Amino acid sequence: MKIAIASGKGGTGKTTLSTNLASFLAEEHEVVLTDLDVEEPNSGLFIEADLVREKDKFKMVPEWSADECILCGNCQKVCNFHAVIQLGEMIMVFPELCHGCYACSELCPTSSLPMIPKKMGVLKHFRNGNLNFVESRLDIGEEQAVPLIKQTHKYIDQQFDDNFIRIFDSPPGTSCPVIEATKDADYIILVTEPTPFGLHDLKLAVETMKELKKEFGVVINRFGIGNDDVLAYCNEEQIKVLAKIPNSRRIAELYSQGRLIYKEIPEVRAELEKMKDLIMGKMKEVVK
Amino acid sequence: MKEIVVISGKGGTGKTSLTASFAYLGGKDVIVADCDVDAADMHLLMQPDFADEDDFYSGELAHINQYDCIQCGKCKEVCRFDAIPIIKGKYIVDPLSCEGCGYCARVCPIDAITNKDLNVGKWYISNIKTGSMMVHAKLGIGADNSGKLVAKVKSEAKDIAEEERKDIAIVDGSPGVGCPVVSSLSGASFVVLVTEPSVSGYHDLKRVYELVKKFNIKAGCIINKYDINKKVTAEIVEFLKKENIVHIANLPYDEDFTRAMTNGQTIVEYSDNHLKDLITDSWNKIKRSVN
Ligand code: SF4
Ligand code: SF4
Ligand code: SF4
Ligand code: SF4
Repeated sequence: MKIAIASGKGGTGKTTLSTNLASFLAEEHEVVLTDLDVEEPNSGLFIEADLVREKDKFKMVPEWSADECILCGNCQKVCNFHAVIQLGEMIMVFPELCHGCYACSELCPTSSLPMIPKKMGVLKHFRNGNLNFVESRLDIGEEQAVPLIKQTHKYIDQQFDDNFIRIFDSPPGTSCPVIEATKDADYIILVTEPTPFGLHDLKLAVETMKELKKEFGVVINRFGIGNDDVLAYCNEEQIKVLAKIPNSRRIAELYSQGRLIYKEIPEVRAELEKMKDLIMGKMKEVVK
Repeated sequence: MKEIVVISGKGGTGKTSLTASFAYLGGKDVIVADCDVDAADMHLLMQPDFADEDDFYSGELAHINQYDCIQCGKCKEVCRFDAIPIIKGKYIVDPLSCEGCGYCARVCPIDAITNKDLNVGKWYISNIKTGSMMVHAKLGIGADNSGKLVAKVKSEAKDIAEEERKDIAIVDGSPGVGCPVVSSLSGASFVVLVTEPSVSGYHDLKRVYELVKKFNIKAGCIINKYDINKKVTAEIVEFLKKENIVHIANLPYDEDFTRAMTNGQTIVEYSDNHLKDLITDSWNKIKRSVN
């Protein structure tokens, strides 16, 4: 069972929900929480666990060797991403721009651009009892989030079977990395706030999920602030509202200290309890 | 013309509400650019009229002409992104997986593959309620490279500012530390960092400031909701001092932020309280720092 937690934009409480839900479920089940916001993973700030494994992650990029090169310029011509450029007698590769398509390498008449691994980030796996936590972090200056997200998925698939509830904290937005993070999920939880910004971004996220043909539900964070438009929209569109996390200054304070809120606020625990029932139900469907 | 860029690392710090307030205070003299193209919200507060609209193309998508295809399988063999599944006996490009690298088209023996320019969104030039203009955009679903759209929005805003002889362009910057925020920052005269005193907020502030430093841009910082965690606030203030960042203001936790937004208003229109004064002072301080 794979659950992805996503939102149209950052700052809606996606990380709060992921970390609290994962820790709560881990009280009784085996859970793995994965932070796929590889540009700025920060679920880890809320989770106390021991490091189990740390792995550098690589992507394949071409490296020029001058010896056989006939300076035909074919490599520059075939790269759609301007990641190889001919400068006088030199071929330069810009690894940050390379998408690793192999075109320049395999179409070079003299095999002068072999593909070599280049480090793009680090994956860390932590564990505390039932709760596993995996995060990947892109190196500064690296621009391609998608390859690292793919490799992180692969790691999860290798390490954890269907008995684990696998929760993914997705990057915000509706662009490429989000699609990559959510496309394998069995169920998506969209987090939003009951405000005009929240509604606007929720609608974009809903469009995305419909395009991906995903089953999804909504969690309303900071419920009680703003207005009822998000609820009305969900009713109209027949979107399931899974939980309402109340608005409170106390929650903001706990969050600011990096603490888990469900442990101190019974209403939040009750909302998570509701979500657990739904997740366990879905889990049976998937395992069947 | 000076360009002021407001960024925050991660979302939810009140960045857009503050940028909109500054745009409102600046009135006719300030051109607005919404570079948070992935989740553009500024238009909800600025009443744009969408006067001009244009498609934005970036990247390509492969398309297989089924009539010509001889099913040799070469394209599928070279595609590193598993973007050419065989569906009902036909080679079909999966638009969500295709990276637009163009490799398949180069190896197809009978040129059955064409690369189409990919429409990744729209951008707009609008008249807004402040009497000025705003450039904004909407990124399509699953689009890559919002960095290029950000660059487009910014360069348009700059051109308009110069044509109309405006002194200031204010930019609602992109989130994160990746390519879009790099595009937001390039060419800026001053950066306003909006943060909140949480462990993650402080962490994001430091990361995004690394980038600002690389560009060598003068920066100031607003600590929003400073009173939810005074300990972290104190640490942030220390950090600002050490890095020589102008400490623009501390703003209290105040639900007027949300109430104003719910009314479709900027905070300075909605609230007549202390918050309005603090934001007005901040704007004046920013203007002084830019000049
Ligand atoms: S395609 Fe190969 S031989 Fe031609 S310029 Fe590039 S590296 Fe040199
Ligand atoms: S592997 Fe592809 S993207 Fe990378 S440099 Fe070569 S042609 Fe360009
Ligand atoms: S353009 Fe590249 S990614 Fe797209 S189908 Fe062709 S080979 Fe695959
Ligand atoms: S390479 Fe061309 S002819 Fe061969 S399967 Fe692909 S599209 Fe068809």
